[in-house]
Amino acid sequence: MKIDIKEMGFGYTATPVLKGINLAIGGNQLVSILGPNGVGKSTLIHCINKILSPKEGVVLLNDVDVSEITIKDLAKEIGYVPYSTTTSFPLSVVDTVLMGRHPHSKWKTTDEDLQKVYETLDLLGIEHLAMRSFNQLSAGQHQKVMLARGLVQEPKVLLLDEPTANLDIKHQMEVARIMRDLAHEKGITVIMISHDINIAATYSDNVILMYEGSIFAVGTPHEVITKENIKKVYGVESEVVDFRGKPHLVLIDEKLKNLELPKDSYVSMRAQETAAR
Amino acid sequence: MEKTVGADAVWAYRKDVAKRISFITICIVSVFFVILLSGSIGTTYGFWDVYEVIYERIMGITHPTASPEWWRSHYIWNNSLPPIIISVIAGAGLAIGGTVMQSLMGNPLADPYTTGISSGASLGAVSAIVTGFTFSSISGEMGIVSSAFLGALIPAFLVIFLTRFVGNSPTTMILIGVAISYFFNSMVTYLMITTDTDKLQEAFLWQIGSVSGTGWGDIPLMLTIVVFSGIAVGLVSNKLNLMMLGDKSAKSMGLDIENFRTLCLLLLAFLVASIISYTGIIGFVGLITPHVVRFIIGGDNRFVAPASVAMGAFILVSANLISNLLMPIGDIPIGVVMSFVGAPIFLYLILRSKAGRDMF
Repeated sequence: MKIDIKEMGFGYTATPVLKGINLAIGGNQLVSILGPNGVGKSTLIHCINKILSPKEGVVLLNDVDVSEITIKDLAKEIGYVPYSTTTSFPLSVVDTVLMGRHPHSKWKTTDEDLQKVYETLDLLGIEHLAMRSFNQLSAGQHQKVMLARGLVQEPKVLLLDEPTANLDIKHQMEVARIMRDLAHEKGITVIMISHDINIAATYSDNVILMYEGSIFAVGTPHEVITKENIKKVYGVESEVVDFRGKPHLVLIDEKLKNLELPKDSYVSMRAQETAAR
Repeated sequence: MEKTVGADAVWAYRKDVAKRISFITICIVSVFFVILLSGSIGTTYGFWDVYEVIYERIMGITHPTASPEWWRSHYIWNNSLPPIIISVIAGAGLAIGGTVMQSLMGNPLADPYTTGISSGASLGAVSAIVTGFTFSSISGEMGIVSSAFLGALIPAFLVIFLTRFVGNSPTTMILIGVAISYFFNSMVTYLMITTDTDKLQEAFLWQIGSVSGTGWGDIPLMLTIVVFSGIAVGLVSNKLNLMMLGDKSAKSMGLDIENFRTLCLLLLAFLVASIISYTGIIGFVGLITPHVVRFIIGGDNRFVAPASVAMGAFILVSANLISNLLMPIGDIPIGVVMSFVGAPIFLYLILRSKAGRDMF
């Protein structure tokens, strides 16, 4: 599955939120979208799956303009897990995940639907929660249920809006690892918005860095996550060190940036290694 | 051998479905029981007399004119049963209206009147009662009914029309509905304070909601629309489920939310208008019934919708029964009974759900 975005622009009002977006994403990979708050990350993925309609340009899915694909057909190709999902109604985990079968199934729940739901719950390690109430789960469990709902949709592209938000580091790593493995093993393209640069750097195959409604940089984590890019986009000082083949961001507080670090400190040593390379 | 994932869990799900279907069956049986019981309250006839009369009428069994059996049949069929049957139909219709509106709006506080339908019906009915002006060319009792029916459609169509320009998000729809309600209610209030006591009482009683004095002639339109709506809602109940997770999720799962919401609102407008134009505004049943049902069988609308139909019918026919039981101390409209009895039960459910299971 291949997504091509050409000269796309969008604005809720006359002020553009996105402008001149050109992107080509495809293949079995986990792609992370990074950037400060309000830069248009969520808007970008909403334009990909037709939740929003671009004001300019086009989004092509396998060379077909998504605006010409029906919502239901598009849902068979692109899954989406929103930033947070709450419901005021008492739905069980199975009922919630089963909704993801809507693009493929009829009114009646078939054994095949149930089988796919339980396989997905098993894959995410939450099969034991199947009959629990969705509203009574922890944030981590909640997020996994929504991932399961997105996955039973059997999409070729899965869009995730901050799937690791509100999770502790263990759950953040677990969710990101699952997404990477799914992309590689199930042959889907996973596009994930993240605010955690190190999680994105550790698990992503490619990274998109956004700045002021545009694409600032695209490439491998090493190519995109540099201290210069971080300074420009986020306006913060940092050191980007190499750790086991992945870039690792260490933030430096303004007040502490002139502080001499001990030469045998972790950051100093990694920085020296990176500079030498 | 390949591992079969969740075989036990699939069985557990199927068992849960069986429980939900059992609950719906129990509700339907209970409705029939209360119908027979209601028919015998306040009369010299008993529970089985009502059963026999219904059976005879369905089977086409007749009795010699003016014989005791003929009188029994005539009294029960023409006097006792119409308000009871209207309670059943209205309860079923308002409950399914509440189920749809709450799911559409993703809001457990929504009820069938959320888009201002009741205020439009009130204006239609009160204008017919007070000024004799009706939105239709029919006069008399049917003039009030037709005027209320057409009046009820106006706010619904206004909401649908206006949201075409500003987006039909639930919040926008609710706010437009509130604004329209205030506008229509101000005209209703003006009409009521400028009329005489008799008309004021009639208008006031209409607004409370009552099934007394209704006859078989009031049933066909209401029944047709409620049955049609019930079937339609049942068929799209899986799509209503998607709406409960919010607009973005519903759209990403393949639902054209804008058109779906508009179609559902149109259906609701005709459904609710067809009921309240005959009964007046019966509150609470559309709000609490879906909650009671969800509290017992969970939130899947494929089961909540039929269960709400049965439970709504049960609740309103029970309210009618209580109203008849209280007849010796005065004619208490079903709308008053519904709120008086329903509110404490609703509070109990909220407190119980907060202590253990979730309802909101």
